[in-house]
Amino acid sequence: MRQEGIIRHATTRLLGLIPTLLVLITIAFFLIRVAPGGPFDGEKVLPPEIRANLDAKYHLDEPLLQQYFRYLGQIITLDFGPSFQYKDWTVTELIARGFPVSATLGSLAMVLAFVLGTSIGVIAALRQNSAVDYSVMGVAMLGISIPNFVVAPLLILGVAIHAGWLPAGGWDWSWQRMVLPVITLALPVIAYIARLTRGSMIEVLHSNYIRTARAKGLPKRLVIGRHAIKPAILPVISYMGPAMAALITGSVVIERIYTIPGLGSYFVQGALNRDYTLVMGVVVFYGVVIILLNFIVDLIYAWLNPKIRYDESQ
Amino acid sequence: MLCAWSVLWLAACGQKNGEPEGARDHRPQPVELRLLENGRPDPAVLDAGQIVYRGNGEEPQALDPHLAQGEPAAHILRDLFEGLTTTSANGDLIPGVAARWNISRDARTYTFYLRRDSVWSNGDPLTAEDFVFSLRRAASPELASNAAAMLLPIQNAREVLAGELPVEELGVSMLDEFTLQITLTGPTPYFLGLLAHPIAYPVHRGNVTAFGDQFSRPGKLVSNGAYVLKNWTLRVSIELEKNPLFREAEKTLVEHVFYLPIEDHTTEVQLFRSGALHWTSDVPNNQFRWLQKHYPEELVVSPWMGSYFFGFNLTREPFIENPSLRQALILAVDREIITDKVTQFGEQPSYALVPPGIDGYVPFSPIYADWTQEERNEEARRLYERAGYSEENPLRVEIRYNTSENHKKIALAMASMWKQTLGVNVTLVNEEFRVFLRNREQKVLTQVFRAGWISDYNDPYSFLEMFRTGHGRNDYGYSNPSFDALLDEVGTERIRARRERLMFEAERLLIADAVIIPIYTYVTKRLVDRHLRGWENNVMDHHPTRHMFLLKSRTPGVTEEESAPGLDDGAGGAMVEAEDAGPAQEAASDSVEAAGADAQPAGEETPP
Repeated sequence: MRQEGIIRHATTRLLGLIPTLLVLITIAFFLIRVAPGGPFDGEKVLPPEIRANLDAKYHLDEPLLQQYFRYLGQIITLDFGPSFQYKDWTVTELIARGFPVSATLGSLAMVLAFVLGTSIGVIAALRQNSAVDYSVMGVAMLGISIPNFVVAPLLILGVAIHAGWLPAGGWDWSWQRMVLPVITLALPVIAYIARLTRGSMIEVLHSNYIRTARAKGLPKRLVIGRHAIKPAILPVISYMGPAMAALITGSVVIERIYTIPGLGSYFVQGALNRDYTLVMGVVVFYGVVIILLNFIVDLIYAWLNPKIRYDESQ
Repeated sequence: MLCAWSVLWLAACGQKNGEPEGARDHRPQPVELRLLENGRPDPAVLDAGQIVYRGNGEEPQALDPHLAQGEPAAHILRDLFEGLTTTSANGDLIPGVAARWNISRDARTYTFYLRRDSVWSNGDPLTAEDFVFSLRRAASPELASNAAAMLLPIQNAREVLAGELPVEELGVSMLDEFTLQITLTGPTPYFLGLLAHPIAYPVHRGNVTAFGDQFSRPGKLVSNGAYVLKNWTLRVSIELEKNPLFREAEKTLVEHVFYLPIEDHTTEVQLFRSGALHWTSDVPNNQFRWLQKHYPEELVVSPWMGSYFFGFNLTREPFIENPSLRQALILAVDREIITDKVTQFGEQPSYALVPPGIDGYVPFSPIYADWTQEERNEEARRLYERAGYSEENPLRVEIRYNTSENHKKIALAMASMWKQTLGVNVTLVNEEFRVFLRNREQKVLTQVFRAGWISDYNDPYSFLEMFRTGHGRNDYGYSNPSFDALLDEVGTERIRARRERLMFEAERLLIADAVIIPIYTYVTKRLVDRHLRGWENNVMDHHPTRHMFLLKSRTPGVTEEESAPGLDDGAGGAMVEAEDAGPAQEAASDSVEAAGADAQPAGEETPP
């Protein structure tokens, strides 16, 4: 019964993806076209003959609505078109090469953030208002407030240049090159998760069923491990959906500073260069990723939280 | 979090205890350069690896030479391909695939005699037919190349690009297997230079037909230059390998070149300092002073063929029909202060348009270039009053620029100079690059705006052209029939000295009409490892790897880990004894300034 409910729920949610994406594509498509300047504008002006050839090649000479429907037609066949900027590559190829990098770094950062963040949060909650609590949470606060474009160069300077332990940047899938970007990506998330965990852990520790468990004489280890942690990390789980999406789609700051060939730069570069196809491709891809991740989070949430069940009554 | 900070802390401590001066002073020193009698470097001083790592700015837009644009692609393509003409280490124009050429009396017909021993990297012979195919491809409307504007001097190129004539009508023909004829619409003194530009490089017909859009991928690309494409990891690195079939392969010392796209200049400098790069594409402005102090031998600054200036919108109040006011504003800017105190990276203050060192042209210099700033300010105040403004009735004006720290600093400095000298009230407006360009073009909002130009080719005409009536980049609304007439004459003049005189007159007119506020002329600035030699500064910033070589380090073994990757020290060298002596300049010092005679690959105005 419960199994069926979940499957039905999943199907509805996945079908709901289509209208959401359609709205997303439509808004993004017209928004980037409204932005002043086009992909072939530069300080050097193109002769009209060449301009006309370019417009014809990329179908920019057609009415906007026709271009829109042409684009929708392409998307259905998963063809995102050629990039205006990187002329040797298609947008699909660019995404296919950039995403694995961003996804790897993002997932590692998420795992690190989850493990460290929840541990710190739990420890702080158990020692509420002690020196440990204050110092740990103070550091977490720093983690949230120091921007990554400050942390990253500091790490490079200290770890890579002065100590020479790790490379200063670049990419070759080796763990040495992942360490610094993963730490930089994870820091603010660790801090945020720690704060979330601490807050909800304290709340849970004061709830009636924990008091009951304690009254029954269960060892503290079991009270925390079996009864308190699961509900305490629920808010963390719902935060992880959007956080994960943000992490695995790449960060333009991290990619620039560590010279990482991820997905984040394409979004910014594409928009600045008015590379219409690249921006659209990345937007659509982001859209799908975010919707899917939220959906997965929902499922995990349901599994963890007995108060939510996808049964027939829903 | 905690662990990250402790790592930093440890790093700091480790440095304090272990290496008091930091890693910098332990940088490996190259051995002394020794030359053989033929002017080539002694193999005994060469590093055994000969692997060069070059920072290259952004990811190249394309490695299809006919579609490529921008400096990053051009640097790589100059290694991969060779045109009919090419450049020497000091930027001079020298024969490439064409061994020699004839130019007809009317300067419209060029006949090129190709080297008979030229081959493609797959062993196929390279003939005149390859050039006919390639130039037709570059000019074809279907390819729609942005850079095809460079081909417009060729007869019928405009009609072919417009689709009015078939590509076969392009003024390029094969007289025999090794003789190529190119016909032009009019005399074009910089045409030989254009042929060294990627748009005029040959591409292999079989290669292009077999792989279409994807022919420029590693394993597929067939090229004819000193290097072949070995690997291309998007936005990570592009690896080139020496082409053993290149005609000067014997003299080519560097075996592998890695081009690393590093967008962030600060990161690039950090990679250089950590030993991962031999060559950076640039250095951040705000680190220039620091690098000057700490890396004096590695920091290389050289004039470049670009000008930085601000423009007036002549179609709007307050500048329409008001040359006195414009002149007053031009005079009241202290360029020395801007270059010495504001930008601080060795640019030359400028009082006219064309930068020095372009194809032997001596730029115009107005009389006030020799005045003191006090004298200029006095004259500025006089003109300001003549234009009808005073302290009680001050000018209000907007300076518009695209968002960038550098533009902002300069605009701020100008604003305060105008305020101080004349009492002008200035508002600064910054805009995103493309919005800014659109506003400049429409001439509705702009008053004073940031401008600038980096030339496509080594000819002052490239700078003057955009001030012609109706030119697409004439965002000034400048229209002077005498100026236009002078440029028309420049277009048809065949005698070099007369042509230069005409351009000089045109530049004088433009400056007298007070259309722009010249600020400075550009320089290139970069860090170069002391082991890397053989390159020379030049105004075009052309640095083909085939002229370079790496010296070995002075203390083998000890500093190995700190030296750049791939440098393992050892005796012996990949040098083949060179019988035909290469020019001694190939191994000459690092700071020879050169004014060559050839083309600059499509340098877009450096945006932010």
